[in-house]
Amino acid sequence: MVQQQAAPDTRVADADDDHDIVPRSRPWRWVGVAVVLVVAAEVVSSVLTNPNYQWDIVGKYLFDSRILAGLGTTLLLTTVAMALACLLGLVLALMRRADSRLLRATAGGYVWLFRGTPVLVQLIIWYNLAILVPVVSIGIPFGPQLWTAQTNDLISPWTAAILGLALNEAAYLCEIIRSGINAVDYGQTEAAQALGMSRRHSFRRIVLPQALRVIVPPASNEAIGLLKYSSVVSVIALPELLYAGQLIYGRTYETIPVLIVVSIWYLVIVTLLTWLEHRLERRLGAGFAARHGSAAPSRAGRWSRWLTPAR
Amino acid sequence: MADPGAMTGPLVRLTGVRKRFGDHRVLHGVDLEVARGDVLCLIGASGSGKSTLLRCVNHLERPNAGRVYVGGELIGYQERDGRLHELPERRIRAQRARIGMVFQHFNLFPHLTVLENVIEAPTRVNREPRESAARAARTLLDRVGLGDKVNAYPRSLSGGQQQRVAIARGLAMRPELMLFDEPTSALDPELVGEVLDVMRDLAAGGMTMIVVTHEMGFAREVATRVAFMDGGRIVEEGTPHQVLADPRHERTRSFLSKVL
Repeated sequence: MVQQQAAPDTRVADADDDHDIVPRSRPWRWVGVAVVLVVAAEVVSSVLTNPNYQWDIVGKYLFDSRILAGLGTTLLLTTVAMALACLLGLVLALMRRADSRLLRATAGGYVWLFRGTPVLVQLIIWYNLAILVPVVSIGIPFGPQLWTAQTNDLISPWTAAILGLALNEAAYLCEIIRSGINAVDYGQTEAAQALGMSRRHSFRRIVLPQALRVIVPPASNEAIGLLKYSSVVSVIALPELLYAGQLIYGRTYETIPVLIVVSIWYLVIVTLLTWLEHRLERRLGAGFAARHGSAAPSRAGRWSRWLTPAR
Repeated sequence: MADPGAMTGPLVRLTGVRKRFGDHRVLHGVDLEVARGDVLCLIGASGSGKSTLLRCVNHLERPNAGRVYVGGELIGYQERDGRLHELPERRIRAQRARIGMVFQHFNLFPHLTVLENVIEAPTRVNREPRESAARAARTLLDRVGLGDKVNAYPRSLSGGQQQRVAIARGLAMRPELMLFDEPTSALDPELVGEVLDVMRDLAAGGMTMIVVTHEMGFAREVATRVAFMDGGRIVEEGTPHQVLADPRHERTRSFLSKVL
Protein backbone atom coordinates (compact mmCIF):
# COMPACT_ATOMS: atom_id res chain seq x y z
CA MET A 1 0.00 0.00 0.00
CA VAL A 2 1.63 3.20 1.20
CA GLN A 3 5.39 3.17 1.09
CA GLN A 4 6.97 6.55 1.68
CA GLN A 5 8.92 5.36 4.67
CA ALA A 6 12.31 6.47 3.49
CA ALA A 7 11.33 8.56 0.47
CA PRO A 8 13.69 11.55 0.33
CA ASP A 9 12.20 14.98 -0.17
CA THR A 10 12.69 15.35 -3.91
CA ARG A 11 11.45 18.93 -4.01
CA VAL A 12 14.66 20.26 -2.54
CA ALA A 13 16.72 18.52 -5.21
CA ASP A 14 14.49 19.98 -7.93
CA ALA A 15 15.07 23.48 -6.64
CA ASP A 16 18.84 23.00 -6.83
CA ASP A 17 18.69 21.75 -10.41
CA ASP A 18 16.31 24.46 -11.54
CA HIS A 19 18.89 26.69 -13.21
CA ASP A 20 19.58 24.06 -15.88
CA ILE A 21 16.03 24.14 -17.21
CA VAL A 22 14.59 26.70 -19.61
CA PRO A 23 10.77 26.40 -19.60
CA ARG A 24 9.06 25.96 -22.98
CA SER A 25 7.46 29.21 -24.15
CA ARG A 26 3.68 29.22 -23.82
CA PRO A 27 2.37 32.09 -26.02
CA TRP A 28 -1.33 31.13 -25.72
CA ARG A 29 -1.17 31.53 -21.98
CA TRP A 30 -0.31 35.22 -22.45
CA VAL A 31 -3.13 35.62 -25.00
CA GLY A 32 -5.53 34.14 -22.44
CA VAL A 33 -4.27 36.44 -19.71
CA ALA A 34 -4.68 39.45 -21.98
CA VAL A 35 -8.26 38.53 -22.94
CA VAL A 36 -9.23 38.04 -19.31
CA LEU A 37 -7.72 41.35 -18.27
CA VAL A 38 -9.47 43.27 -21.05
CA VAL A 39 -12.87 41.72 -20.32
CA ALA A 40 -12.43 42.29 -16.58
CA ALA A 41 -11.52 45.92 -17.13
CA GLU A 42 -14.63 46.41 -19.30
CA VAL A 43 -16.90 44.89 -16.66
CA VAL A 44 -15.40 46.91 -13.82
CA SER A 45 -15.60 50.17 -15.72
CA SER A 46 -19.24 49.49 -16.68
CA VAL A 47 -20.17 48.71 -13.09
CA LEU A 48 -18.49 51.89 -11.87
CA THR A 49 -19.57 54.34 -14.59
CA ASN A 50 -22.98 53.14 -15.85
CA PRO A 51 -25.54 55.25 -13.93
CA ASN A 52 -28.28 52.62 -14.43
CA TYR A 53 -26.85 50.52 -11.62
CA GLN A 54 -28.03 53.29 -9.30
CA TRP A 55 -25.49 52.55 -6.59
CA ASP A 56 -26.93 55.31 -4.40
CA ILE A 57 -30.23 53.39 -4.27
CA VAL A 58 -28.38 50.16 -3.57
CA GLY A 59 -26.81 51.90 -0.58
CA LYS A 60 -30.21 53.15 0.54
CA TYR A 61 -31.76 49.66 0.66
CA LEU A 62 -28.74 47.60 1.73
CA PHE A 63 -29.61 47.89 5.42
CA ASP A 64 -33.34 48.57 4.94
CA SER A 65 -35.30 46.97 7.79
CA ARG A 66 -37.56 45.02 5.39
CA ILE A 67 -34.54 43.59 3.59
CA LEU A 68 -32.87 42.66 6.88
CA ALA A 69 -36.10 41.05 8.13
CA GLY A 70 -36.26 39.04 4.89
CA LEU A 71 -32.63 38.05 5.33
CA GLY A 72 -33.39 36.86 8.86
CA THR A 73 -36.32 34.80 7.57
CA THR A 74 -34.18 33.24 4.84
CA LEU A 75 -31.43 32.37 7.30
CA LEU A 76 -33.77 30.90 9.89
CA LEU A 77 -35.72 28.96 7.27
CA THR A 78 -32.56 27.56 5.67
CA THR A 79 -30.94 26.64 8.97
CA VAL A 80 -33.97 24.92 10.46
CA ALA A 81 -34.92 23.15 7.22
CA MET A 82 -31.32 21.99 6.62
CA ALA A 83 -30.93 20.73 10.19
CA LEU A 84 -34.17 18.76 10.00
CA ALA A 85 -33.25 17.48 6.53
CA CYS A 86 -29.86 16.25 7.79
CA LEU A 87 -31.47 14.30 10.62
CA LEU A 88 -34.18 12.82 8.42
CA GLY A 89 -31.69 12.20 5.61
CA LEU A 90 -29.45 10.24 7.99
CA VAL A 91 -32.38 8.14 9.19
CA LEU A 92 -33.44 7.49 5.59
CA ALA A 93 -29.88 6.59 4.57
CA LEU A 94 -29.65 4.08 7.42
CA MET A 95 -33.05 2.67 6.44
CA ARG A 96 -31.86 2.21 2.86
CA ARG A 97 -28.98 0.11 4.22
CA ALA A 98 -31.12 -1.88 6.65
CA ASP A 99 -31.48 -5.65 6.47
CA SER A 100 -35.27 -5.34 6.45
CA ARG A 101 -36.67 -5.15 2.94
CA LEU A 102 -39.66 -3.17 4.22
CA LEU A 103 -37.42 -0.44 5.69
CA ARG A 104 -35.34 -0.30 2.50
CA ALA A 105 -38.44 -0.04 0.32
CA THR A 106 -39.99 2.64 2.53
CA ALA A 107 -36.92 4.85 2.33
CA GLY A 108 -36.61 4.18 -1.40
CA GLY A 109 -40.24 5.14 -1.90
CA TYR A 110 -39.77 8.32 0.11
CA VAL A 111 -36.81 9.40 -2.02
CA TRP A 112 -38.69 8.52 -5.19
CA LEU A 113 -41.71 10.61 -4.19
CA PHE A 114 -40.02 13.69 -2.72
CA ARG A 115 -37.26 13.89 -5.28
CA GLY A 116 -39.63 13.16 -8.09
CA THR A 117 -42.08 16.04 -7.57
CA PRO A 118 -41.37 19.79 -7.72
CA VAL A 119 -40.70 21.39 -4.35
CA LEU A 120 -43.11 24.15 -5.39
CA VAL A 121 -45.94 21.61 -5.62
CA GLN A 122 -44.97 20.09 -2.27
CA LEU A 123 -45.00 23.51 -0.59
CA ILE A 124 -48.45 24.35 -1.90
CA ILE A 125 -49.78 20.95 -0.81
CA TRP A 126 -48.37 21.38 2.71
CA TYR A 127 -49.82 24.87 2.88
CA ASN A 128 -53.23 23.55 1.83
CA LEU A 129 -53.00 20.40 3.89
CA ALA A 130 -56.33 21.21 5.53
CA ILE A 131 -58.08 20.47 2.25
CA LEU A 132 -56.68 16.93 2.30
CA VAL A 133 -56.67 16.30 6.04
CA PRO A 134 -58.94 18.67 7.98
CA VAL A 135 -58.12 17.33 11.47
CA VAL A 136 -54.83 16.06 12.90
CA SER A 137 -54.84 13.89 16.00
CA ILE A 138 -52.41 11.86 18.05
CA GLY A 139 -53.63 8.69 19.70
CA ILE A 140 -53.49 4.94 19.64
CA PRO A 141 -53.68 3.78 16.02
CA PHE A 142 -57.27 2.78 15.18
CA GLY A 143 -58.03 3.43 18.90
CA PRO A 144 -58.96 6.42 21.07
CA GLN A 145 -57.52 9.87 20.34
CA LEU A 146 -55.40 11.62 22.94
CA TRP A 147 -54.94 14.97 21.22
CA THR A 148 -56.74 16.58 18.32
CA ALA A 149 -56.29 19.84 16.41
CA GLN A 150 -57.59 21.54 13.31
CA THR A 151 -54.99 21.32 10.55
CA ASN A 152 -55.54 24.98 9.73
CA ASP A 153 -54.42 25.97 13.23
CA LEU A 154 -51.20 23.98 12.88
CA ILE A 155 -50.13 24.90 9.37
CA SER A 156 -48.88 28.48 9.23
CA PRO A 157 -46.79 29.70 6.30
CA TRP A 158 -43.76 28.99 8.50
CA THR A 159 -44.60 25.37 9.29
CA ALA A 160 -45.59 24.71 5.69
CA ALA A 161 -42.35 26.25 4.43
CA ILE A 162 -40.15 24.33 6.85
CA LEU A 163 -41.99 21.05 6.24
CA GLY A 164 -41.86 21.50 2.48
CA LEU A 165 -38.20 22.44 2.26
CA ALA A 166 -36.95 19.97 4.90
CA LEU A 167 -38.84 16.94 3.61
CA ASN A 168 -37.76 17.65 0.05
CA GLU A 169 -34.13 18.29 0.98
CA ALA A 170 -34.03 15.14 3.13
CA ALA A 171 -34.57 13.02 0.01
CA TYR A 172 -31.45 14.48 -1.61
CA LEU A 173 -29.39 14.31 1.56
CA CYS A 174 -30.40 10.67 2.05
CA GLU A 175 -28.65 9.77 -1.19
CA ILE A 176 -25.61 11.91 -0.40
CA ILE A 177 -25.24 10.40 3.08
CA ARG A 178 -25.80 6.89 1.77
CA SER A 179 -23.06 7.24 -0.82
CA GLY A 180 -20.77 8.66 1.88
CA ILE A 181 -21.33 5.65 4.11
CA ASN A 182 -20.84 3.27 1.18
CA ALA A 183 -17.52 4.94 0.44
CA VAL A 184 -16.07 3.74 3.76
CA ASP A 185 -14.34 0.36 3.39
CA TYR A 186 -16.24 -2.44 5.15
CA GLY A 187 -12.93 -3.48 6.72
CA GLN A 188 -13.32 -0.49 9.04
CA THR A 189 -16.56 -1.89 10.43
CA GLU A 190 -15.01 -5.35 10.76
CA ALA A 191 -11.99 -4.02 12.62
CA ALA A 192 -14.31 -2.12 14.98
CA GLN A 193 -16.41 -5.25 15.55
CA ALA A 194 -13.34 -7.38 16.19
CA LEU A 195 -12.35 -4.91 18.92
CA GLY A 196 -15.71 -5.42 20.63
CA MET A 197 -17.28 -2.11 19.62
CA SER A 198 -21.05 -1.87 19.40
CA ARG A 199 -22.66 -1.12 16.05
CA ARG A 200 -23.57 2.35 17.28
CA HIS A 201 -20.09 3.04 18.57
CA SER A 202 -18.45 1.87 15.37
CA PHE A 203 -20.83 3.93 13.23
CA ARG A 204 -20.49 7.10 15.28
CA ARG A 205 -16.75 7.01 15.95
CA ILE A 206 -15.32 5.07 13.00
CA VAL A 207 -17.58 5.06 9.94
CA LEU A 208 -19.38 8.42 10.15
CA PRO A 209 -16.28 10.64 10.55
CA GLN A 210 -14.81 9.04 7.42
CA ALA A 211 -18.11 9.19 5.55
CA LEU A 212 -18.44 12.91 6.36
CA ARG A 213 -15.36 13.61 4.26
CA VAL A 214 -17.33 12.43 1.25
CA ILE A 215 -20.65 13.89 2.44
CA VAL A 216 -19.61 17.45 3.31
CA PRO A 217 -18.81 18.89 -0.15
CA PRO A 218 -22.07 17.84 -1.87
CA ALA A 219 -24.07 18.56 1.30
CA SER A 220 -22.63 22.07 1.36
CA ASN A 221 -23.72 22.43 -2.24
CA GLU A 222 -27.19 21.43 -1.09
CA ALA A 223 -27.13 23.97 1.75
CA ILE A 224 -26.18 26.73 -0.68
CA GLY A 225 -28.85 25.56 -3.10
CA LEU A 226 -31.43 25.46 -0.32
CA LEU A 227 -30.48 28.99 0.78
CA LYS A 228 -31.38 30.27 -2.66
CA TYR A 229 -34.33 28.11 -3.61
CA SER A 230 -35.87 28.80 -0.23
CA SER A 231 -37.15 31.87 -2.10
CA VAL A 232 -39.88 29.66 -3.60
CA VAL A 233 -41.69 29.96 -0.25
CA SER A 234 -42.81 33.37 -1.48
CA VAL A 235 -45.66 31.42 -3.15
CA ILE A 236 -47.13 30.87 0.31
CA ALA A 237 -46.60 34.55 1.22
CA LEU A 238 -43.66 34.13 3.55
CA PRO A 239 -41.52 37.27 3.14
CA GLU A 240 -37.99 35.93 2.84
CA LEU A 241 -35.12 37.90 1.32
CA LEU A 242 -36.06 37.83 -2.37
CA TYR A 243 -39.76 38.33 -1.66
CA ALA A 244 -38.95 41.31 0.60
CA GLY A 245 -37.04 42.81 -2.31
CA GLN A 246 -39.89 42.12 -4.75
CA LEU A 247 -42.33 43.85 -2.37
CA ILE A 248 -40.11 46.94 -2.45
CA TYR A 249 -39.48 47.23 -6.18
CA GLY A 250 -43.08 46.31 -6.89
CA ARG A 251 -43.98 49.72 -5.52
CA THR A 252 -40.93 51.83 -6.38
CA TYR A 253 -39.88 50.25 -9.73
CA GLU A 254 -36.21 50.33 -8.58
CA THR A 255 -35.93 46.73 -9.81
CA ILE A 256 -32.21 46.47 -10.62
CA PRO A 257 -30.77 48.20 -7.55
CA VAL A 258 -33.01 46.25 -5.17
CA LEU A 259 -32.10 42.95 -6.85
CA ILE A 260 -28.44 43.93 -6.51
CA VAL A 261 -29.05 44.45 -2.77
CA VAL A 262 -30.65 41.02 -2.53
CA SER A 263 -27.79 39.43 -4.49
CA ILE A 264 -25.19 41.09 -2.28
CA TRP A 265 -26.76 39.49 0.78
CA TYR A 266 -26.97 36.07 -0.87
CA LEU A 267 -23.31 36.39 -1.84
CA VAL A 268 -22.32 37.38 1.70
CA ILE A 269 -24.07 34.33 3.17
CA VAL A 270 -22.71 31.95 0.52
CA THR A 271 -19.20 33.30 1.10
CA LEU A 272 -19.59 32.59 4.82
CA LEU A 273 -20.92 29.10 4.12
CA THR A 274 -18.05 28.37 1.74
CA TRP A 275 -15.54 29.49 4.36
CA LEU A 276 -17.19 27.27 6.96
CA GLU A 277 -17.17 24.35 4.53
CA HIS A 278 -13.44 24.72 3.90
CA ARG A 279 -12.75 24.76 7.63
CA LEU A 280 -14.89 21.67 8.13
CA GLU A 281 -13.21 19.88 5.23
CA ARG A 282 -9.79 20.66 6.65
CA ARG A 283 -10.78 19.21 10.02
CA LEU A 284 -12.28 16.08 8.51
CA GLY A 285 -9.28 15.67 6.23
CA ALA A 286 -6.95 14.99 9.17
CA GLY A 287 -5.02 11.84 8.40
CA PHE A 288 -5.98 11.88 4.71
CA ALA A 289 -3.98 14.82 3.37
CA ALA A 290 -0.90 13.69 5.25
CA ARG A 291 0.41 11.31 2.62
CA HIS A 292 3.93 12.61 3.16
CA GLY A 293 3.71 13.02 6.87
CA SER A 294 3.04 16.75 6.75
CA ALA A 295 -0.09 18.85 6.51
CA ALA A 296 -1.57 19.92 3.17
CA PRO A 297 1.03 21.82 1.13
CA SER A 298 0.83 25.54 1.72
CA ARG A 299 0.09 27.65 -1.32
CA ALA A 300 2.29 30.66 -0.89
CA GLY A 301 0.70 33.81 -2.25
CA ARG A 302 3.24 34.82 -4.85
CA TRP A 303 1.71 37.22 -7.34
CA SER A 304 2.99 35.29 -10.33
CA ARG A 305 0.93 32.24 -9.24
CA TRP A 306 -2.19 34.22 -10.17
CA LEU A 307 -1.08 34.44 -13.76
CA THR A 308 0.83 31.24 -14.31
CA PRO A 309 0.06 27.82 -12.94
CA ALA A 310 2.44 26.14 -10.55
CA ARG A 311 4.70 23.65 -12.31
CA MET B 1 -21.74 -22.43 28.23
CA ALA B 2 -19.70 -23.77 31.10
CA ASP B 3 -17.10 -26.27 30.11
CA PRO B 4 -15.59 -28.33 32.95
CA GLY B 5 -12.15 -28.09 31.38
CA ALA B 6 -12.24 -24.30 30.90
CA MET B 7 -8.87 -23.62 32.49
CA THR B 8 -7.13 -26.91 31.87
CA GLY B 9 -8.51 -27.86 28.44
CA PRO B 10 -7.65 -26.28 25.10
CA LEU B 11 -8.15 -22.51 24.82
CA VAL B 12 -9.86 -22.88 21.45
CA ARG B 13 -12.01 -25.84 20.49
CA LEU B 14 -13.94 -26.14 17.23
CA THR B 15 -16.29 -29.05 16.63
CA GLY B 16 -18.01 -29.75 13.33
CA VAL B 17 -17.90 -26.12 12.13
CA ARG B 18 -19.68 -25.67 8.84
CA LYS B 19 -20.13 -22.51 6.84
CA ARG B 20 -21.76 -21.80 3.53
CA PHE B 21 -22.29 -18.59 1.60
CA GLY B 22 -25.56 -19.16 -0.22
CA ASP B 23 -25.10 -22.44 -2.06
CA HIS B 24 -21.34 -22.27 -1.82
CA ARG B 25 -20.04 -24.51 0.98
CA VAL B 26 -16.80 -23.16 2.39
CA LEU B 27 -16.30 -25.24 5.54
CA HIS B 28 -17.31 -28.90 5.73
CA GLY B 29 -17.25 -29.68 9.44
CA VAL B 30 -13.94 -28.59 10.90
CA ASP B 31 -12.65 -29.95 14.23
CA LEU B 32 -9.70 -28.18 15.77
CA GLU B 33 -8.09 -27.63 19.16
CA VAL B 34 -5.55 -24.99 20.15
CA ALA B 35 -3.91 -25.23 23.56
CA ARG B 36 -2.92 -22.19 25.62
CA GLY B 37 0.42 -20.83 24.43
CA ASP B 38 0.17 -22.66 21.11
CA VAL B 39 0.94 -20.93 17.82
CA LEU B 40 -1.14 -22.60 15.14
CA CYS B 41 -0.39 -21.77 11.53
CA LEU B 42 -3.21 -22.43 9.07
CA ILE B 43 -1.84 -23.04 5.61
CA GLY B 44 -3.47 -23.98 2.33
CA ALA B 45 -4.35 -22.66 -1.10
CA SER B 46 -6.60 -19.64 -1.68
CA GLY B 47 -10.24 -20.59 -1.28
CA SER B 48 -9.49 -23.52 1.01
CA GLY B 49 -11.44 -21.86 3.84
CA LYS B 50 -8.58 -20.73 6.10
CA SER B 51 -9.72 -17.16 6.50
CA THR B 52 -13.36 -18.12 6.91
CA LEU B 53 -12.40 -20.57 9.64
CA LEU B 54 -10.38 -17.88 11.40
CA ARG B 55 -13.28 -15.43 11.15
CA CYS B 56 -15.61 -17.98 12.73
CA VAL B 57 -13.45 -17.94 15.88
CA ASN B 58 -14.47 -14.37 16.76
CA HIS B 59 -17.88 -14.65 15.09
CA LEU B 60 -17.16 -12.22 12.25
CA GLU B 61 -18.65 -15.10 10.28
CA ARG B 62 -21.56 -17.00 11.80
CA PRO B 63 -21.05 -20.74 11.43
CA ASN B 64 -24.08 -22.53 9.99
CA ALA B 65 -23.44 -25.54 12.21
CA GLY B 66 -20.95 -26.73 14.80
CA ARG B 67 -19.55 -25.13 17.90
CA VAL B 68 -16.70 -22.72 18.57
CA TYR B 69 -15.43 -22.53 22.16
CA VAL B 70 -12.85 -20.03 23.41
CA GLY B 71 -11.79 -20.41 27.04
CA GLY B 72 -14.58 -22.93 27.46
CA GLU B 73 -17.24 -20.41 26.39
CA LEU B 74 -19.43 -21.08 23.37
CA ILE B 75 -18.91 -18.21 20.93
CA GLY B 76 -21.88 -16.37 19.46
CA TYR B 77 -24.60 -18.69 20.64
CA GLN B 78 -26.10 -20.27 23.72
CA GLU B 79 -27.28 -23.82 23.71
CA ARG B 80 -30.82 -24.54 24.92
CA ASP B 81 -32.84 -27.70 24.27
CA GLY B 82 -30.16 -28.96 21.94
CA ARG B 83 -30.48 -25.89 19.69
CA LEU B 84 -28.26 -22.85 19.24
CA HIS B 85 -29.82 -19.49 20.05
CA GLU B 86 -27.99 -16.41 18.88
CA LEU B 87 -26.56 -14.37 21.74
CA PRO B 88 -27.48 -10.71 22.22
CA GLU B 89 -24.99 -8.38 20.54
CA ARG B 90 -23.73 -7.19 23.95
CA ARG B 91 -22.56 -10.70 24.88
CA ILE B 92 -20.89 -11.28 21.51
CA ARG B 93 -19.07 -7.96 21.90
CA ALA B 94 -17.75 -9.04 25.29
CA GLN B 95 -16.48 -12.27 23.73
CA ARG B 96 -14.81 -10.45 20.84
CA ALA B 97 -13.13 -8.00 23.19
CA ARG B 98 -11.06 -10.92 24.59
CA ILE B 99 -9.90 -12.00 21.12
CA GLY B 100 -7.51 -9.79 19.17
CA MET B 101 -7.55 -9.77 15.38
CA VAL B 102 -5.09 -8.52 12.77
CA PHE B 103 -6.24 -8.15 9.17
CA GLN B 104 -4.49 -8.51 5.84
CA HIS B 105 -5.15 -4.87 4.94
CA PHE B 106 -4.44 -3.56 8.46
CA ASN B 107 -7.83 -1.79 8.67
CA LEU B 108 -6.44 0.96 10.84
CA PHE B 109 -8.77 3.91 11.39
CA PRO B 110 -7.28 6.52 9.03
CA HIS B 111 -8.92 9.52 10.69
CA LEU B 112 -7.34 8.72 14.08
CA THR B 113 -3.69 9.02 15.06
CA VAL B 114 -1.68 5.93 15.93
CA LEU B 115 -2.24 6.48 19.66
CA GLU B 116 -5.97 7.11 19.16
CA ASN B 117 -6.22 3.91 17.12
CA VAL B 118 -4.73 1.93 19.98
CA ILE B 119 -6.73 3.48 22.85
CA GLU B 120 -10.13 3.73 21.12
CA ALA B 121 -11.36 0.30 22.24
CA PRO B 122 -9.75 0.23 25.71
CA THR B 123 -11.24 3.61 26.63
CA ARG B 124 -14.63 3.19 25.04
CA VAL B 125 -15.30 -0.54 25.20
CA ASN B 126 -13.52 -1.38 28.46
CA ARG B 127 -13.99 2.14 29.88
CA GLU B 128 -10.40 2.42 31.03
CA PRO B 129 -9.33 5.95 32.04
CA ARG B 130 -7.65 7.73 29.12
CA GLU B 131 -4.45 8.34 31.05
CA SER B 132 -3.72 4.72 31.91
CA ALA B 133 -4.88 3.51 28.48
CA ALA B 134 -2.49 5.96 26.81
CA ARG B 135 0.35 4.84 29.07
CA ALA B 136 -0.32 1.17 28.24
CA ALA B 137 -0.58 2.06 24.54
CA ARG B 138 2.79 3.81 24.55
CA THR B 139 4.36 0.75 26.16
CA LEU B 140 2.83 -1.47 23.47
CA LEU B 141 3.92 0.87 20.67
CA ASP B 142 7.44 0.83 22.10
CA ARG B 143 7.30 -2.94 22.06
CA VAL B 144 6.44 -3.00 18.33
CA GLY B 145 9.14 -0.39 17.68
CA LEU B 146 6.86 2.57 16.96
CA GLY B 147 7.20 4.58 20.16
CA ASP B 148 8.10 7.66 18.09
CA LYS B 149 5.01 7.46 15.86
CA VAL B 150 2.24 7.94 18.43
CA ASN B 151 0.97 11.15 16.85
CA ALA B 152 1.36 10.10 13.22
CA TYR B 153 -1.65 9.24 11.07
CA PRO B 154 -1.73 5.70 9.64
CA ARG B 155 -1.46 6.83 6.02
CA SER B 156 1.88 8.47 6.68
CA LEU B 157 3.32 5.11 7.76
CA SER B 158 4.71 2.26 5.68
CA GLY B 159 2.68 -0.93 5.38
CA GLY B 160 4.92 -2.73 7.83
CA GLN B 161 4.55 0.07 10.35
CA GLN B 162 0.78 0.12 9.88
CA GLN B 163 0.56 -3.61 10.51
CA ARG B 164 2.62 -3.27 13.69
CA VAL B 165 0.23 -0.56 14.90
CA ALA B 166 -2.63 -2.95 14.14
CA ILE B 167 -0.98 -5.61 16.28
CA ALA B 168 -0.55 -3.10 19.14
CA ARG B 169 -4.21 -2.11 18.74
CA GLY B 170 -5.25 -5.74 19.15
CA LEU B 171 -2.96 -6.28 22.14
CA ALA B 172 -4.30 -3.16 23.87
CA MET B 173 -7.46 -5.11 24.78
CA ARG B 174 -5.28 -7.65 26.65
CA PRO B 175 -6.64 -10.57 24.64
CA GLU B 176 -6.10 -14.19 25.60
CA LEU B 177 -6.01 -15.14 21.93
CA MET B 178 -4.71 -13.37 18.81
CA LEU B 179 -5.98 -14.09 15.30
CA PHE B 180 -3.87 -13.12 12.28
CA ASP B 181 -5.47 -13.16 8.82
CA GLU B 182 -2.60 -13.18 6.31
CA PRO B 183 -0.85 -10.37 8.18
CA THR B 184 2.02 -10.03 5.69
CA SER B 185 0.29 -10.73 2.37
CA ALA B 186 -0.28 -7.04 1.55
CA LEU B 187 3.26 -5.99 2.36
CA ASP B 188 6.24 -5.31 0.15
CA PRO B 189 8.76 -8.12 0.58
CA GLU B 190 11.30 -5.97 2.44
CA LEU B 191 8.68 -5.05 5.08
CA VAL B 192 7.52 -8.59 5.88
CA GLY B 193 10.38 -9.26 8.28
CA GLU B 194 9.58 -6.46 10.73
CA VAL B 195 6.01 -7.71 11.16
CA LEU B 196 7.06 -11.33 11.55
CA ASP B 197 9.63 -10.24 14.17
CA VAL B 198 6.89 -8.67 16.27
CA MET B 199 4.80 -11.82 15.95
CA ARG B 200 7.76 -13.96 16.89
CA ASP B 201 8.26 -11.90 20.08
CA LEU B 202 4.59 -12.24 20.85
CA ALA B 203 4.76 -16.02 20.48
CA ALA B 204 7.86 -16.16 22.66
CA GLY B 205 5.91 -14.25 25.33
CA GLY B 206 3.40 -17.12 25.45
CA MET B 207 0.51 -15.57 23.50
CA THR B 208 -1.89 -18.09 21.98
CA MET B 209 -2.08 -17.34 18.27
CA ILE B 210 -3.87 -18.63 15.20
CA VAL B 211 -2.12 -17.40 12.06
CA VAL B 212 -3.39 -17.79 8.51
CA THR B 213 -0.24 -17.40 6.48
CA HIS B 214 1.71 -18.15 3.33
CA GLU B 215 5.01 -17.59 5.16
CA MET B 216 6.32 -21.15 5.36
CA GLY B 217 9.53 -19.99 7.00
CA PHE B 218 7.57 -18.39 9.83
CA ALA B 219 5.41 -21.51 10.19
CA ARG B 220 8.48 -23.73 10.38
CA GLU B 221 10.30 -21.59 12.96
CA VAL B 222 7.58 -20.13 15.15
CA ALA B 223 4.52 -22.37 14.93
CA THR B 224 4.05 -25.06 17.54
CA ARG B 225 1.52 -26.68 15.24
CA VAL B 226 0.59 -26.44 11.59
CA ALA B 227 -2.75 -27.33 9.99
CA PHE B 228 -3.13 -27.76 6.24
CA MET B 229 -6.56 -26.96 4.83
CA ASP B 230 -7.97 -28.03 1.49
CA GLY B 231 -11.53 -27.81 0.19
CA GLY B 232 -13.00 -26.64 3.49
CA ARG B 233 -11.45 -29.40 5.59
CA ILE B 234 -8.35 -29.77 7.71
CA VAL B 235 -6.49 -32.45 5.79
CA GLU B 236 -3.45 -32.77 7.97
CA GLU B 237 -2.33 -31.34 11.27
CA GLY B 238 0.73 -31.75 13.46
CA THR B 239 4.04 -30.25 14.41
CA PRO B 240 5.69 -28.06 11.77
CA HIS B 241 8.20 -30.83 11.17
CA GLN B 242 5.50 -33.45 10.59
CA VAL B 243 3.38 -31.34 8.23
CA LEU B 244 6.01 -29.33 6.39
CA ALA B 245 8.93 -31.77 6.20
CA ASP B 246 7.19 -35.10 6.20
CA PRO B 247 3.58 -34.68 4.99
CA ARG B 248 1.51 -37.83 4.86
CA HIS B 249 -1.17 -36.63 2.46
CA GLU B 250 -0.78 -36.33 -1.26
CA ARG B 251 -2.62 -32.95 -1.30
CA THR B 252 -0.32 -31.51 1.37
CA ARG B 253 2.69 -32.69 -0.61
CA SER B 254 1.46 -31.16 -3.85
CA PHE B 255 0.62 -27.84 -2.13
CA LEU B 256 4.02 -27.67 -0.45
CA SER B 257 5.84 -28.51 -3.66
CA LYS B 258 4.28 -25.39 -5.19
CA VAL B 259 5.03 -22.95 -2.39
CA LEU B 260 8.39 -24.11 -1.07
